[in-house]
Amino acid sequence: MSIKGKVWKYGDDVNTDVIFPGKYTYTITDPKEMALHALEDLDSKFAKEVKKEDIIVAGRNFGCGSSREQAATCLKYAGVGAIVAKSFSRIFFRNAINQGLPLVQCKEAVENISSGEAIAIDFEKGELSCKKGVFKFPPLPESVLGILEDGGLIPHTKKILKIEKGE
Amino acid sequence: MGKTFAEKILALKSGKKSVVTGEIVTVSPDIVMSHDNTAAIAKKFKQIGINKVKHPEKIVIPLDHCVPAATEKYAANHKEIREFVQEQKIENFYDINTGVCHQILPEKGHVLPGSLILGADSHTTTYGAFGAFSTGIGRSEVASIWATDEIWLRVPETIKINIEGNMPYGVYPKDIILNIIGDLGADGALYRAVEFSGKVIRKMDISGRMTLCNMAVEMGAKNGYVQPDEKTIEWLSSRTNKKYRVIKSDADAKFEKIINYDISKLEPQIACPHTVDNVRPVSKVAGTKINQALIGTCTNGRIEDLKIASEILKGKRISNKVRLLIFPASMEVYTEAMELGILRELVRSGAVIMNPGCGPCLGAHEGALAPGEVCLSTANRNFKGRMGCKEAEIYLASPATVAVSSLYGEITDVRGNLK
Repeated sequence: MSIKGKVWKYGDDVNTDVIFPGKYTYTITDPKEMALHALEDLDSKFAKEVKKEDIIVAGRNFGCGSSREQAATCLKYAGVGAIVAKSFSRIFFRNAINQGLPLVQCKEAVENISSGEAIAIDFEKGELSCKKGVFKFPPLPESVLGILEDGGLIPHTKKILKIEKGE
Repeated sequence: MGKTFAEKILALKSGKKSVVTGEIVTVSPDIVMSHDNTAAIAKKFKQIGINKVKHPEKIVIPLDHCVPAATEKYAANHKEIREFVQEQKIENFYDINTGVCHQILPEKGHVLPGSLILGADSHTTTYGAFGAFSTGIGRSEVASIWATDEIWLRVPETIKINIEGNMPYGVYPKDIILNIIGDLGADGALYRAVEFSGKVIRKMDISGRMTLCNMAVEMGAKNGYVQPDEKTIEWLSSRTNKKYRVIKSDADAKFEKIINYDISKLEPQIACPHTVDNVRPVSKVAGTKINQALIGTCTNGRIEDLKIASEILKGKRISNKVRLLIFPASMEVYTEAMELGILRELVRSGAVIMNPGCGPCLGAHEGALAPGEVCLSTANRNFKGRMGCKEAEIYLASPATVAVSSLYGEITDVRGNLK
């Protein structure tokens, strides 16, 4: 799997409240509508201008705060192809994988990427190519990769239960 | 080589003899908690293609995030949850007259030492105060656990935080945890288990331990943990008859890091906008004008917190420039505060007593902020937009600091004002 997209670059500690405000957590249930509010309290341009397969590049602790899965869902449905960060908050990491949204943890790459440039990510090779060069990143653990490859946790669980039932 | 609490409990819950840090294990949780997000989880569960949850007895569902329902949409959400609970024969359902999930799970006896509790809420870390391993997960994960009774977890490295010294006058557990988060940063314990220990912890009541573990997630921690002792056992004795096994870190366990604090000279602490790790001593922010003061939430809505507030406010009147909202964390807390006359004193001082629940903590209802307003709150998050308005500011502090500040209409050092 590989993707190519334009970069939206942000700083450290981008929290789930600015990604998807708490006031919407029980009022918006349609993922497409969630996407309209993606990063609303951080960058009001984002939801309007983001294109399919655009890539978010951020600093440390991306997605810190609430466990709200909509933080990952809204980005996925906004078209985000992957998120590259120096590190991810624990629950956000899980939520993104469970929504089938790939993540790349690579501090060096983040430091060398500028907002607006086009970058390419090859997940099989574990390589990220940007203007300043090619950066290697470690692959995700196998069990986690399986969830991503199945398109998220719900389809993954569905598949596993069917396998167990021998269907 | 000895093992940490995290290593021991995750080995036990994954059915392995031993595990090492970094290892990914498949575990079966003892309790799975979800709240107002249950309707959304139920939809995901149905997508998996099965009709019945595997272990209804492991599921606990309190309604707390927007109770009573603020609008038709919230009401419809609650209705869906009540129907799902009936359909799935889930007995441990707590409707809007019970309280905040992290307060009532322990109160109702669902939290036991040595148990593994997963919840669709980041502050699920609270139950570590009782020696449980507890952490937050996402909605899809809860749905998947309902179907399979399994989930993967990575065995975390453990940071041990020793807190020594004597609690200074005017300083509370909230000040201690804010100080630690300010020091270590919002990702200072990312993916790590945090074990709180030391003399101060041993002397600390259960309420204070809950405050520490509740906020462990604000420095990125996977879970917080306090080794159970006679205080834990006594607290639990009136809540449950269930048997449990206390699990402790071995004396020679390998911690990734041991951090020592002496809090004898600690000042009251304030987390300033817009991040929880933007912490300053009260002396640096005293004088900041506030419009709203909030005492409550899963961090500081317990009887101990309300007592502190009422002792400060008794016989006084809050500033006419401030709205003081009190959210007891549960009906049990509410009733006790009523019986002790705490609510009467708070009302006389000008406070508004709200119903148990999350209130405006996540910006849904009951005291949202207007642009340009400032709130001083005992909650655990001050992110931009958190209380419903991105042009408002939120400061976080102890119940004592919030109470005294509401008298003066500005952030105030409680130490000059305690009786």
